[in-house]
Amino acid sequence: MRRIFAVCAALVLAGCSAGTSTAPQSREVALVTHDSFAVKPEVLEEFRKSSGITVKQIASGDAGELTNKLVLTKANPIGDVAFGVDSTFASRALSEGVFAEYASPEAAKGAQRYQVDATGRLHAVDVGDVCLNIDPAKLGGVEPASYEDLTDPRFKDKLVVENPATSSPGLAFLLGTIAKFGENGWQDYWTKLKANGVKVVSGWEEAYNQEFSATKGDRPIVVSYASSPSAEGGKTKAVLDTCYRQVEYAGVLSGAKNPEDARKVLDFLLGEQFQAQVAEQMYVYPSREGVALPESWAKDAPLPPNPQTLPADKVKDNREAWVEQWRKLVQG
Amino acid sequence: MAQARAGLRSRTGWSAAALLPLAFLGLFFAWPVLAIVSLGLREGGVAGALVAGDTWELVGFTLGQAAASTVVAVVAGLPVAFVLARCRIRGLGLVRAAVMVPFVLPTVVVGLAFRTFWPDGGVLPIVLANAFFNVAVVARTVGGLWAHTDRRAEDAARALGASRPRAFLSVVLPALAPAVGSAAAVVFLFCATSFGVVLVLGGSRYRTLETEIYLRTVELFDLSGAAALSLLQFLAVLAVLVLGALARRRRETALSLRGREELARRPSGGERVVVAAAGLVVVALLTPVVGLVTRSLSTRDGWSFAGYAALATRGERGTLAVTGIDAAVNSLRTAFDATLVALVVGVFSAVVLVGLRRSGARIAEVLDTALMLPLGVSAVTVGFGYLITMDALPGDFRTSPLLVPLAQALVVTPLIVRMVLPVLRAVDERLRQAAATLGASPWRVWREVDLPLTGRSLVAAAGFGYVVALGEFGATSFLARPDAPTLPVVIARLMSRPGELNSQMAYAACALLMVVTVGCVLLIERLRVPSSGEF
Repeated sequence: MRRIFAVCAALVLAGCSAGTSTAPQSREVALVTHDSFAVKPEVLEEFRKSSGITVKQIASGDAGELTNKLVLTKANPIGDVAFGVDSTFASRALSEGVFAEYASPEAAKGAQRYQVDATGRLHAVDVGDVCLNIDPAKLGGVEPASYEDLTDPRFKDKLVVENPATSSPGLAFLLGTIAKFGENGWQDYWTKLKANGVKVVSGWEEAYNQEFSATKGDRPIVVSYASSPSAEGGKTKAVLDTCYRQVEYAGVLSGAKNPEDARKVLDFLLGEQFQAQVAEQMYVYPSREGVALPESWAKDAPLPPNPQTLPADKVKDNREAWVEQWRKLVQG
Repeated sequence: MAQARAGLRSRTGWSAAALLPLAFLGLFFAWPVLAIVSLGLREGGVAGALVAGDTWELVGFTLGQAAASTVVAVVAGLPVAFVLARCRIRGLGLVRAAVMVPFVLPTVVVGLAFRTFWPDGGVLPIVLANAFFNVAVVARTVGGLWAHTDRRAEDAARALGASRPRAFLSVVLPALAPAVGSAAAVVFLFCATSFGVVLVLGGSRYRTLETEIYLRTVELFDLSGAAALSLLQFLAVLAVLVLGALARRRRETALSLRGREELARRPSGGERVVVAAAGLVVVALLTPVVGLVTRSLSTRDGWSFAGYAALATRGERGTLAVTGIDAAVNSLRTAFDATLVALVVGVFSAVVLVGLRRSGARIAEVLDTALMLPLGVSAVTVGFGYLITMDALPGDFRTSPLLVPLAQALVVTPLIVRMVLPVLRAVDERLRQAAATLGASPWRVWREVDLPLTGRSLVAAAGFGYVVALGEFGATSFLARPDAPTLPVVIARLMSRPGELNSQMAYAACALLMVVTVGCVLLIERLRVPSSGEF
């Protein structure tokens, strides 16, 4: 009997997962982010020392989920600043009035190149292009260089893509083909891709970790990010003419409880120190000009010079119809 | 007259006691779900979504695959339940723990493991993977009752000339029916709302209500479409639960419960076939597990422990906010809190349900069904519901770390109820009446009669609940704070990053989760409570 009590007592001591939260600090800013957000703890600590502001992170799913949660809670937001609304979802966030205007002094140092509109509500923090990645060893010297190449019989049964209905890179790749071939031409292109044996899986994890020949599978061409090769030590390459630009934005929330400090956190996200570590922490490219990329990136993962883009409004209005058309075309 | 009044008093008493579980459900389940669904309904367009042709296809496929998965899980789970309950074999504790392992594995990882055998996905792998996760539910729930049912009726039937199958079908199975029904209901709900499996193995062709609700809510922000589908999901689940309750109703009878020790024997004769079948099931369950462990050790350049070493770090280039070990500790703590809440609510509910049933109150059926509903409603519906309701609770509860164990408890409570209820109901009323006649108070009757007879099941239910909370992903990933992720959340994040080390570490984290699970089950199994013949 005593043993039971001892074990129970130990369990109780080990328990209380919520018991150790610290007392609320007066200068705390809640930063709502997507799940892929990452920052070096030292950088955050330095910001706390210099500004007196503690940043509390709240992760809220992927870019789409984050945007929708912000819209849903706009009357009483769960934070003060939000980071991670991307170019696909920016229009929705703006038209719903989720973000407040703020002319950040840091926004003119490169971020302005990617701005959605001139109202100064959303500021570009980073750029993360979605591109085809290839496994040169498996391809044996015959490498695709463009969208068109993928319909060539030499690349039959070599490509794996993600479903645009369930995957963010999958959607970006579809949008890239729409930007490239036009609203009336992409269907024809995908018909050819289908005839050439494109494989569709539901998410990036399966495409990259399971099907891609550089990891485990046998397909040497996969839809991934321009930055992915930086993690593979030169074994893979991105095809720079098959990229779609995705920009990730941050903004001060309209209902922020601590707007003054929230603006400082936004300046911090656009500032030199934070920008210098986004590549390493989040596999994306800094929006700020003159920020050096890690060494291996210059060789393995340069920023694509001429990516495809589509206006945010157009994406918002047509997205569901495009994905539905795609579904009928490729999976019907 | 006096008797009628006493009956009324006890009915009112039990009904009042039913308020605690109902309050918990109301606050953390009904309120948020109703809020988000009614928000969608107010937007209009629900009728349009309901008459769309593919909506009914969705309903059909969802229920069909869930039914098929349930059948497979029950057929595979019964022999395992038999071995766990009735056989005296060496190393049974380990088998009992091993059976639990699939239950905690992240669906995306299991989905990928199944894809190795079915590279293109499809309906068969979806059904098998769903069953894979749920064999444990059947083995544990049915095994729990089987371990205590009296063997003499069966032996008598055999002595009178019934064959083994005949004795099983006409004596054993009817006695086990309530537990089989309970387990099947739980498995059905899990399969009907299975998300990751359908996504990964559906080859993106197969969709269910769950994946579509997720898509509509999270990606398209089509709340009215999501509300329409949520209502359908709710109705479908309710229909199945009511059917299950009707089927269960007349079957639950008092059984003379016995301690496991006096019932377990070495398998003999035809029983060996059943043991062999159970062995096959266990081997099948462990195949993907072995695959995972192999993958955690193999790299492009040969075998390596790098993934395991990385568990002490935050991943390649700081993928995680905490180390893998910290996440494991956090998982253990959160699951502990969740189990505690679920045990209190669950055992309380089970006791109340039995009391209500005995005093003939109608509300018993309602409460019984209501308690199961959280398993049948989409995690994303609950999660989005929290966003628009929990800020009304003190201290903006939406970002409170307490929400994670509470949401997990919502999933664990129904399981505890389903495991404890059949055993509690099987307690012979005459024993209780005798105790009461001898002057024992209701509390004393419970302590001296019900608890000793059901103690073992309580401990088993707690262990099972703990493991479920450890592996819970849907609600947790929705609510966990980045500085306090659980292991499944960490695994998902590692899987979503490029780089071989991250992938290695994800599989190593799976192995760690399995080890933790087996460890917990073994530890809890050691906690013997006073129980007839078992102390």
